[in-house]
Amino acid sequence: MADDVQKSIVLDFTYTTDTYDQFTQAEIYGKAITKMAEDNKDIVVLTSDMTRSNKTGDFKKTFPERFFNFGIAEANMFAASAGMAVCGKIPFVTTFAVFASLRCAEMIRTDIAYPNLPVRIIATHAGLSQGNGGTTHHSTEDIAILRSMANMTVIVPADSIETGKAVMATATLPGPVYIRIGRALEPMAYPDDNYDYQIGKAVIMRDYGKDAAVIACGVAVKAACDAADELKEKGVKIRVVNMHTIKPLDIDALMKAARDTGKIVTAEEHSIVGGLAGAVSEALTEAGVAVKFKRLGVPDIFSAIGYPDELYARYKINKNGIAETVKDIVS
Amino acid sequence: MHKKDSKSRDQLLDYLDDKAEWLRREIIRLSSIAGGAHLGGGLSMADVIVAVYYYAMNLKQGDPTWADRDRFILSKGHGAVAYCPVLADQGFFSPDWLNTFNNLDSPFGMHPDMKKIPGCDMSTGSLGHGLSVAVGMALTARLDKKSWRVFVLMGDGEINEGMVWEAAPAASHFKLGNIVAIIDRNTLSLDGPTEEIMAIEPIAKRWEAFGWRVFDIDGHDMGALVDTLDKLPPSSDPTPTLIVARTVKGKGVDFMENNPIWHYAGLDKAKSAEALTCIGNCRPKRRT
Ligand SMILES: Cc1ncc(C[n+]2csc(CCOP(=O)(O)OP(=O)(O)O)c2C)c(N)n1
Repeated sequence: MADDVQKSIVLDFTYTTDTYDQFTQAEIYGKAITKMAEDNKDIVVLTSDMTRSNKTGDFKKTFPERFFNFGIAEANMFAASAGMAVCGKIPFVTTFAVFASLRCAEMIRTDIAYPNLPVRIIATHAGLSQGNGGTTHHSTEDIAILRSMANMTVIVPADSIETGKAVMATATLPGPVYIRIGRALEPMAYPDDNYDYQIGKAVIMRDYGKDAAVIACGVAVKAACDAADELKEKGVKIRVVNMHTIKPLDIDALMKAARDTGKIVTAEEHSIVGGLAGAVSEALTEAGVAVKFKRLGVPDIFSAIGYPDELYARYKINKNGIAETVKDIVS
Repeated sequence: MHKKDSKSRDQLLDYLDDKAEWLRREIIRLSSIAGGAHLGGGLSMADVIVAVYYYAMNLKQGDPTWADRDRFILSKGHGAVAYCPVLADQGFFSPDWLNTFNNLDSPFGMHPDMKKIPGCDMSTGSLGHGLSVAVGMALTARLDKKSWRVFVLMGDGEINEGMVWEAAPAASHFKLGNIVAIIDRNTLSLDGPTEEIMAIEPIAKRWEAFGWRVFDIDGHDMGALVDTLDKLPPSSDPTPTLIVARTVKGKGVDFMENNPIWHYAGLDKAKSAEALTCIGNCRPKRRT
């Protein structure tokens, strides 16, 4: 899709980080589906008492007859979305990531993934973005769960620019997709929207040298870029790969990073078990590529209460944590 | 505990209203420390949780692990800000702890964690689980021949969850009259009015059809709350009890009342002060 077309789809004005960072990922999602739904009459939106949190209010206003609020009943909503998809609709189903991935895991797997239906799961407030909501609201298992379902595409956009692009890219996707986004105004990873986004194709964000590579997704991408910039000043030159699609994984970009550097750090707002780190290590092991390897994310514990930035620091998925880890692995 | 025999009814009701006023002030105070809180549903449940903890429940001040205590599950876990101060006031931990609310490594976040908060009988936050957990606790009390009760407080929007409607028949099927469920019927969930989003009325009829005894009362009237709690059957009774507590979301702070915007919000200094003034003004008249 050409950039000028995308511009007219998501926002009504030219966007740069300055314009985009006024909007959370969920707000951009809300705008993107409202635009997409003008052309595609089959798009419907389902929510579970989360219109405000999930930013689907614009859509509701514009297309009230295509908007369904199921109340606080997520399992029912996901199974119903399968029913609509079977009959030809393209449902965008929104709730917090933790409820989508855990409470509704079976409805998603059996009713949506198994029949390979074009349901778009937009999982907001993912990872540690509801920091002081505590464990019941942290979503640190969802990537692992969703990527283990056959037929499922799993996307973790780096910022709101990429969220808009990912949502629009679903237009031509025949099967189900899980798009996992944050809560607040996270810092922008991209300077502008002028890049080619394709599902399953990683983006090289920094390519300063071959000392190590950081493979990141979500909020960790911007942190990894900042770490790379800082490290470069100190003579450590790394590559940063934005692995926005966890499934299907961009094996080529991964293998190239592994072969070029021999040192891989993964960084994600997720448990270090089974998510991006899991996908990367499975691929490397199967290919017989040996690297020095370090996983950053929430260790195998239930995460603490705190503000997101404090938790990112605790689990080393901020700039300093990533820079420190890279220094360790290259020394 | 502060049972009715130690005080005249009027003294008792004044005492409970005082506690509810104090709790509302705590909600506002803690929301500033926390940088935001579930104000609407915290304020609506204040009278109910005070009546339950200071009048109905069999507890030992300062002993959160007493084996024969009544249990309480805050199924609407986002009401933590209206719950944790009560546990502190029961002597289960120092009230100073509350000053860390929402901060890094605090025991208190927006949803209660039983592993971190003494006196909290169950971790909650994902809606719709509490009644099922209550069924398990009540079954255990039966197995162990114990007479303690399980109280469980749900939101009204929360009863949209399907699991509530698996637990409701289980409670009556297993003859769990040792369960007392309460619905904080403030008519609003997160997006707006429950009757517009996913209707739950007629609540009483639905629960009666599932085999429950139902009391439908004003959840801000301490007299009505106390009278209803007096009518609870012995825990050996076969029929579980539901109290539909008709409440107002944001109760006590007039600019928050009946407005879903205040479901979760932060307050600046001026707004906090205004809220505290409202709470003072709206306190029920003293009887003694
Ligand atoms: C399973 C689940 N779905 C959604 C939420 C998000 N959420 C938190 S509070 C709330 C509204 C609750 O409304 P209600 O039960 O009426 O509570 P109250 O009005 O008393 O705050 C929602 C949707 C949640 N915590 N758990």
